[in-house]
Amino acid sequence: MNARFVLTKLFRALVTLWLVVTFAFVILHASGDPIEILLGDQAEQEVIDHYKQLYGLDRPMHEQYFRYVAGVAQGDLGFSLSDQRPVTELLAEAIPATLELGLTALAISMLIGIPLGIVAALNRNKAIDRFVMTFAVLGFSIPNFFLGILMILLFSLWLRWLPTSGMGTWQHLVMPALTLGTAAAGSLARFTRSSMLEVMSKLYMRTAVAKGVPRGRRIRWHALPNAAIPLVTVLGFRLGDLVAGSIVTETVFAWPGVGRALVSAVSARDLAVVQGVLLMTAFTMVIANLLVDLAYGWIDPRIRAAKSRPSEA
Amino acid sequence: MSIASPLTEPAAAPGRARRFLRRYPPLVLLAALFIILTLLISAAADWIAPYHYTTQDLSNRLLPPVFLGGLAQYPLGTDELGRDILSRLIYATRFSVIIAILGTSIGAVLGTLIGFIAAHFRGWVEETLMMLVDAQASMPFMLLALAVLAFFGNSLVLFIVVLGINGWENYARLTRGMVLSASSQGYAVAVHALGATPARIYTRHILPNILSVLIVQFTLNFPATILLETSMSFLGLGIQPPLTSLGQMLGSGRSHLLLAWWIAVLPGTMIFLSTLSISMFGDWLRDRLDPTLRNR
Repeated sequence: MNARFVLTKLFRALVTLWLVVTFAFVILHASGDPIEILLGDQAEQEVIDHYKQLYGLDRPMHEQYFRYVAGVAQGDLGFSLSDQRPVTELLAEAIPATLELGLTALAISMLIGIPLGIVAALNRNKAIDRFVMTFAVLGFSIPNFFLGILMILLFSLWLRWLPTSGMGTWQHLVMPALTLGTAAAGSLARFTRSSMLEVMSKLYMRTAVAKGVPRGRRIRWHALPNAAIPLVTVLGFRLGDLVAGSIVTETVFAWPGVGRALVSAVSARDLAVVQGVLLMTAFTMVIANLLVDLAYGWIDPRIRAAKSRPSEA
Repeated sequence: MSIASPLTEPAAAPGRARRFLRRYPPLVLLAALFIILTLLISAAADWIAPYHYTTQDLSNRLLPPVFLGGLAQYPLGTDELGRDILSRLIYATRFSVIIAILGTSIGAVLGTLIGFIAAHFRGWVEETLMMLVDAQASMPFMLLALAVLAFFGNSLVLFIVVLGINGWENYARLTRGMVLSASSQGYAVAVHALGATPARIYTRHILPNILSVLIVQFTLNFPATILLETSMSFLGLGIQPPLTSLGQMLGSGRSHLLLAWWIAVLPGTMIFLSTLSISMFGDWLRDRLDPTLRNR
């Protein structure tokens, strides 16, 4: 992995971040006068002028833009009008809940999806393969909110095993994490299967058979490490699905995370919070994608070698 | 061998049936049937729905479906305002289908156009557009959609446009790649030499050649649009009452789960079955048109 590769990736990440910050700024300013939203259209001119000065809205547009970007760079995401406190504070309270749910769901999806994909690939075109693939399609076709509601109906209202909503004990975590994890498990199983199948058709696998490597060792030492490489990328992308899925899942189970904060902010048109969540997610996604890109070059020796010897790439 | 033909006739039938079933697996046939049924229901909603979707019968609220002891005049029961669930389901399906078709089409046209533009101009135009594609692909789209609706307020037209923007990047990336490779192929070079304008080459010659791939992408994108629409309507941020969609029905039925679970479960089942059918059909179509992608 050479410096140029890293620099290109870094530059792309910065451009994406800049695009999102600019998108947030433009849309904040195109959506109407924030002072009018705050004070209503009956306010005195003096009061309006006072607030305009207070928030720096009397400055020229480019100056406002630079102040906005500088503020974001320093972690200042504005002030929530409906909660009357800084957005950063509000998000800092919601992030641990979202991480708890998201990481558990990610772990569940990997624990279910990857083994199922491997089993399906090893039993290609047999009944168990078809069964796993049907499960995978079902898993990502069922909408999060519907699966959540079915689980509430079954486990909370009929069987009375688990609490319907809220956060606190491990029982609260079970249904939201399963809901969020199932869809990701389905697509992960499908991806693992196709990755395994591709590796198993490679010439080095045939070589391994020819030199008498036992089946178990062939799968563990020859197939799995190679099949795992593309999985790293796909896990990076799954992160985005988890973020989007958590918006719905947190609302269904009244989980006090970022997703639910976003939904109530959209309903209340609390623009600062919406903008804050947007920027925070963009930063997370860009950093995750960057790490995946770099990890990819680091994990796969072939990419590393190709990068340092461009003539053979 | 005069008796051979009457004997081989019935023997050939199972073979033919097996061949037919291998080409068209039963699940895919079932999926196609369900899609056709859904489209028919949406088209004929005005004729087959027993009631209008806003008609209320306040003395018959929260009735169970007829198979759970309800009244025959409301086969699937009624909701909290005494509205007939069957009629609402029919109309909600129609709204969801129309919105999904409009949304997916906007994305397809926009993305294809951008792909053509990128492939035609190359250089910095292509670089910029492809960077936009990457930026869009790296963000969860639902978040952008929610942000746009929060900033501009909710309206039906804006909502459909927002749904349309979802997925354009897939078409743009596909179209750009295919146009670039098609432009260097014999037929495109030949019509160019005959003096055809680029617009004519693109619309008359290249587009028909890449259309099948775009149609497959359309069927694969369609369930995603349905899921996005129903999710947002479920959150109360999409289709607004008195209009109804499957997601909106499910969302409002959520508060009556304990007393009347069917209000939420029926539209949910409908969403699940439609996305499932279209996904299965789309997968099958892709495998048929491009056998190299099989088992992916």
